[in-house]
Amino acid sequence: MTAVFDPGAEAARATADILDDTLNGQARGVVVDSPPGAGKSTLVVRAALELADAGRPLMVVAQTNAQVDDLVLRLAEKNAELPVGRLHSSDADPYDKALDDLPNVRKSAKAADLSGLAVVISTAAKWAHVKVDEPWRHAIVDEAYQMRSDSLLAVAGLFERALFVGDPGQLDPFSIVGSEQWAGLSYDPSASAVTTLLAHNPELPQHRLPVSWRLPASAAPLVSDAFYSYTRFRSGTDHGDRQLTFGVPSDGSGPDRVIDEAAESGWGLLELPARHTPRTDPEAVRAVATVVRRLLDRGGAATSERSPDPAPLTADRIAVGTAHRDQAAAVRAALAELGVTDVTVDTANRLQGREYDVTVVLHPLSGRPDATAFHLETGRLCVLTSRHRHACIVVCRAGVGDLLDDYPSTEPVQLGTLVKFPDGWEANHAVLARLAEHRVEWRP
Amino acid sequence: MSLISTLARLEAVSTGRAHAAATVRHRHLADRPLVFVPLTTAGEAGAPLGALVGTDRDAPRLLVVPQPRDRDLRFVFLAELADVVLPYVEAYADIVEAAERNETDPETGKRVKVEVELCADAPQLIVPSRAGADFVRLLGRSMRFRRTAEQDPETPHPAPPRVPLLGRWLTHFGERARVPGSALLLAMTDVLSRHWATGQSTLEDQHLGALLAWIDPPEGTTGAEAALRAELARDPQGQLCCPPAGPATDPAFDNRLLAPAIERYDRARTALAAAEDGLQADDRLGDLTAAEREIRALVESRTRPTWDAVWRGLDLLRALPDGAHVEERWTRDRWSFTSHRDRVLAGEPPQPRRDDAVTAANKLASREREQARLDAQEALDDPLVMAGRRLAGEAFAGEVTDVVMAYSEGKRPSPRPLVTVRTDDRPQLGERAKVYRSLGGKPQAAEFVGYEDDGALVVLRIVDKMGRGKEPETGSVPEKGDRLCFTLFEHDQRGGAKLPDPENTPWTHGGPPGEATAPAPDPVTEEDVL
Repeated sequence: MTAVFDPGAEAARATADILDDTLNGQARGVVVDSPPGAGKSTLVVRAALELADAGRPLMVVAQTNAQVDDLVLRLAEKNAELPVGRLHSSDADPYDKALDDLPNVRKSAKAADLSGLAVVISTAAKWAHVKVDEPWRHAIVDEAYQMRSDSLLAVAGLFERALFVGDPGQLDPFSIVGSEQWAGLSYDPSASAVTTLLAHNPELPQHRLPVSWRLPASAAPLVSDAFYSYTRFRSGTDHGDRQLTFGVPSDGSGPDRVIDEAAESGWGLLELPARHTPRTDPEAVRAVATVVRRLLDRGGAATSERSPDPAPLTADRIAVGTAHRDQAAAVRAALAELGVTDVTVDTANRLQGREYDVTVVLHPLSGRPDATAFHLETGRLCVLTSRHRHACIVVCRAGVGDLLDDYPSTEPVQLGTLVKFPDGWEANHAVLARLAEHRVEWRP
Repeated sequence: MSLISTLARLEAVSTGRAHAAATVRHRHLADRPLVFVPLTTAGEAGAPLGALVGTDRDAPRLLVVPQPRDRDLRFVFLAELADVVLPYVEAYADIVEAAERNETDPETGKRVKVEVELCADAPQLIVPSRAGADFVRLLGRSMRFRRTAEQDPETPHPAPPRVPLLGRWLTHFGERARVPGSALLLAMTDVLSRHWATGQSTLEDQHLGALLAWIDPPEGTTGAEAALRAELARDPQGQLCCPPAGPATDPAFDNRLLAPAIERYDRARTALAAAEDGLQADDRLGDLTAAEREIRALVESRTRPTWDAVWRGLDLLRALPDGAHVEERWTRDRWSFTSHRDRVLAGEPPQPRRDDAVTAANKLASREREQARLDAQEALDDPLVMAGRRLAGEAFAGEVTDVVMAYSEGKRPSPRPLVTVRTDDRPQLGERAKVYRSLGGKPQAAEFVGYEDDGALVVLRIVDKMGRGKEPETGSVPEKGDRLCFTLFEHDQRGGAKLPDPENTPWTHGGPPGEATAPAPDPVTEEDVL
């Protein structure tokens, strides 16, 4: 007989272990792998508060200004008394104006102005310019898998010990120039910070958050199998815990049928006829926009463990994900034509760490004649298919399966590098196979 | 591939001729470049078979290794190569001009200006293809750790005197070539395909013969026909009419011509060694010389067409005018050349086998900066490149239709004029996005305020370069009727953060690399003494 899996208890045990290692352990670093929506931010906030309570001066390194501001707001929400420093750049509008309303948050472009505060938060890029005589006792590095090894090199001298938190399945950091000459070196500057850290310090304790609170029971197994096959996770909710219903019945069109399919099963594939197209495929872009328009028009309501009463599916709970920026711009323009304005449309890179009820994804390989390493990157598809709490609708041209078969991954294997497994090719096939079960063919 | 390059390639297919991808030349070309066309031996990495090298297109120097697996002959080849390359390089080392450089004063820690020498010009090495540039790197790696008899009398296979130095220079050329926009070492196929878009794939563009066939097809043929001929046409003996630009050779050449010739050479050599008296030896030396001459002729027959093709490529490129920022980038190449000259003169050891963590991170950061700078400069120098950026939504051009004076809030209001630009472009402007235009060579920044008239009008707020006073300086604010081009990308790159010194490498990156020791020579392996 197998023990009943209690997600709450499992997650609590993992968090307790992590905090124990962080506060009482001897190792200089602790690494935490967190699958999508597993409570990474909550963990960071909790660890920060406990370290501050223990009287240890703490610096927090995040990767973008949005992440930094978000962390400051979350910290203040949990403990409004805590003196927090927001170190920012000297550009115009360097931080979220909402921070001005928090009395215990001090903002400055100079680290010296913030000395003595319990917690100081900034981006890796800003920290790299900071010089200190006395390093911080402790640091938390957020989104450490998205941080490049060279930016860790620039800030690692600022702290004695650190908690590294991140999602190994999301997009790897990239560089705009070739870096093959360093491939295989333990400190390859273009590798992720965690790769370098663990190559030099393999004895560091590594933890894993086992439960995704975001992904519904319909999505967690697929995302776990396709992208985290050696570090599986579960969803915190069960089938039936979440429901998506629509007040307006389907009009029988492709977009409406795929919406119903996704509401029912959590996944939907709107398949357009096979065709080679430019990146900003007008038909596919219009199909994406139409699906979003219909999602809003049909009076969607989401029931979940958070809100037993149906919550309306509003524009801010929907996001569109694309691979390229010009695709995002084209979708935005198409949405504007349909009178939709408040829906987030962005590339995978910018959607990292975000959460929505329903996502509509333009498949990275849709309409392409070739499958490049960029489009096959595991993390890109992983980000796009793991942002939703209820349902994910993928819009795609037919024929991606054949395209994948025509383009097996041919990236040269470099000696000494960790081969990512499963690779993008395999993950794409896994996702595609699942989506095929929820296919709605449509000729616009 | 960007939309404009796809369009240019389609155009090339339909017209049968390569389409211009640039209106100016974006790489510096030296007046007297050193062209190097190497060939390598199949089946053995880094075993040169021969090369054509020189600065005079009519009189290249032919260097040949008649038996590529013979280490002594290889050293002879490398020594001869050093005799050609090093005098060429060193000729640039002595002519200097005075320059200033910012350095950190070791005592005060302040940045101070220091008078230094800067070489007035720098050498330029040109190889046919990217594989040729890799071969330069490989040659450099194979030579720079060799020891000469003078350095180490005990060494079992001493290198000829100048060979390790040649290795250091070739390593420097190879490493510098990885910096975007640099021109110390150029691969002809890369430079040509930067300036012309052909009707074939970028992979096929790496065939110098096919690339030139598209750019400048012979009278009466299309680029596609000429390129196909360059790739595939064989003479009645089964040899390619247009031999590959190397360094790898065509297998048909290896099997049918080269291998038998080398075998004859080997036999002649064995026979000479077995000669019993002077008369016999004289005879057999004649055979050996004839066999060697035959191999030389073969190597020349495969390198000469490539040699001529490289010079033809240079002619085509020289017909384009210099881009405005080319000189500035070449100056950075001169700095790079000068500093390596100084390292050699100061008796520093050869470049290490592997970069340490800090050096690697610094190199990556500076190359990323150079790439961004190159992308911006090419667009600013060349309306055709800028057109590509405009098409991609990364820039927009148009006419100023309205200028409204406005001021910033605060104690000392500064001018913040609102400028309306009518454009047909579709820039991807986010909320409060920054845009830049070139004002007397310096970037002036503006902030995106909003669209009007359904996106045909872009309203911007100019935020800098208007002087310190309340009234903007004359000419610093656009006027109605001006035709302007704004970019969404920055024109210049900020320097990055300073990384720790290598001896302070943090624990996350393995700690300090340890005491610098003189690098040991490469150990002699079995393959070295076949």
